[in-house]
Amino acid sequence: MSGLREVVLSTTPTAEAIADLRLGDIVYLDGLMYTAREGVYMRALEGQANIPMELPSQSAANFHCSPAARINPDGTFDMGAVTATASFRFAKWLPEWMAKTGAKLIVGKGGMTSKDYKEYFVPNGAVYLSTVGYGTGALLGRGVEKVEAVHWNEELGLAQAMWVLKCRRMGPFIVASDFNGDCLFERENAKIAGNIERLYEGTKPATLKRYGESDDRSDEVI
Amino acid sequence: MIPINLIQATAETLMDKAAIEIPQDYLMGLEEAAKTEDGDLSSFVLKAMLKNYEAAKEDRRAMCGDTGVPRWFVKMGNDASVEGGMIALEAALRRATANATNGVPLRPNRVHPLWRTDHNNNVGIGAPEIEYGFEPSGDWIDLITVHKGGLFGSDYRMLFPSDGVQGIKRFYLDSLMAFGKRGLACQPAIIGIGLGGSKDICMTLGKRASTLRIVGSRNADPKIAEMEDEFKELGNSIGMGAMGFVGKNMVIDCNIEVGYCHTGGMPMSVHAFCLSSRRAVARIYPDGRVEHRTDPDWFTPYQCRETVDWDPMQEAVE
Repeated sequence: MSGLREVVLSTTPTAEAIADLRLGDIVYLDGLMYTAREGVYMRALEGQANIPMELPSQSAANFHCSPAARINPDGTFDMGAVTATASFRFAKWLPEWMAKTGAKLIVGKGGMTSKDYKEYFVPNGAVYLSTVGYGTGALLGRGVEKVEAVHWNEELGLAQAMWVLKCRRMGPFIVASDFNGDCLFERENAKIAGNIERLYEGTKPATLKRYGESDDRSDEVI
Repeated sequence: MIPINLIQATAETLMDKAAIEIPQDYLMGLEEAAKTEDGDLSSFVLKAMLKNYEAAKEDRRAMCGDTGVPRWFVKMGNDASVEGGMIALEAALRRATANATNGVPLRPNRVHPLWRTDHNNNVGIGAPEIEYGFEPSGDWIDLITVHKGGLFGSDYRMLFPSDGVQGIKRFYLDSLMAFGKRGLACQPAIIGIGLGGSKDICMTLGKRASTLRIVGSRNADPKIAEMEDEFKELGNSIGMGAMGFVGKNMVIDCNIEVGYCHTGGMPMSVHAFCLSSRRAVARIYPDGRVEHRTDPDWFTPYQCRETVDWDPMQEAVE
């Protein structure tokens, strides 16, 4: 525990602040963060809709999230819990999204591969922050000072809409990629891989095979 | 006659409790895990989760932003009757689901699989699922809601008798390895294993094993109970903890449930009920009493009967 470093980071961070982050650092965020996942990506990138925010000047932090929240009849918002959804599914859109919006912090669940990091995170000066747990939704909800706006709710629905959150010491998050494009999760996988042979000793491969199946347990499924 | 208004009001309370309050049995399991965890990152994660449960209860907000897909298990005593009948019951559960989605609030997760239509209330075609069980005596109705997360951590495979326990172990480990990395399964989890049944029932058994049995419970068959202990230990010996970080807590408990299957096969499913194991239970009596509890108590002797007829004398013994 004591080995972990805590950092408070702006959602419009300087290149120096990002370069200073190390894998496994615990991060708390200050500033505006927006949610964008497949609905927003498809509308903005494939549908060429105008993004209803000034990016990255207002925010360089893209949260892969749908909140547990409601829009009241008077137009105000109630934000309950917020947690991330798994990010690897969005690799398809992220390079274009980063180029278009200047996003520097991709915040989500589970991270991406080191290949993703090296190919388009590092050239764009971006890093990946993972939520913790996953499911510190109530703690993260406390870090939302207010909901600034909800864009594209009519077109995409509450879960896919673009929520703009004003964060105050929102966290914890964990730094899962760095400026070298190294991946925290792959580092941990490699440490665990040493146990695989002992673990599987004596177990039997299934009689009925599956197409395309890997028997290499050091592989990932994402 | 059980008043329909009481059913709906109780159902709304249960939706709220499931989303906000971690069940005591899971909490104790996680506290135990946090004590033994020595990986620095995975230990940080477990401590953050324990703080999160407190924050959720204090603020009365959902534990997790992904509030899962709400579903209902209804169990009725043979002498129970519901005001307005079963159609009224289903309407009440659908109304409670919609009201709580807006009220707590929950995330409106349920969409049409093709058109992605979202009614923003977690209600739609086949949603929430409502499943039924019956007990030989009693005039009560049990409402159980489970809001399980949906995307990762579950898998199914048709094994064969020749695969044996070593084949079962391998598929169990494969599921933990595949979905434990990067913490996709949101472990440490209650792992449910379904063995037997037909394909669909095999999935159902595993899902119920993870969601309808509490941490610390054991299968009534002593040999299966032994397997549960062994599998729990096996899962925790991977060296993987929360979020797939190095650690020793992957499985808070392992529950196995079985059903008779085709003589040639041994179908198996694995399910993970996550760090936000959302379940809540209440029993409602015709006189208006409502008793809340956390144990669904689903796998009763009657539910697990092997015989053609149920002998009431046997029930007395059980």
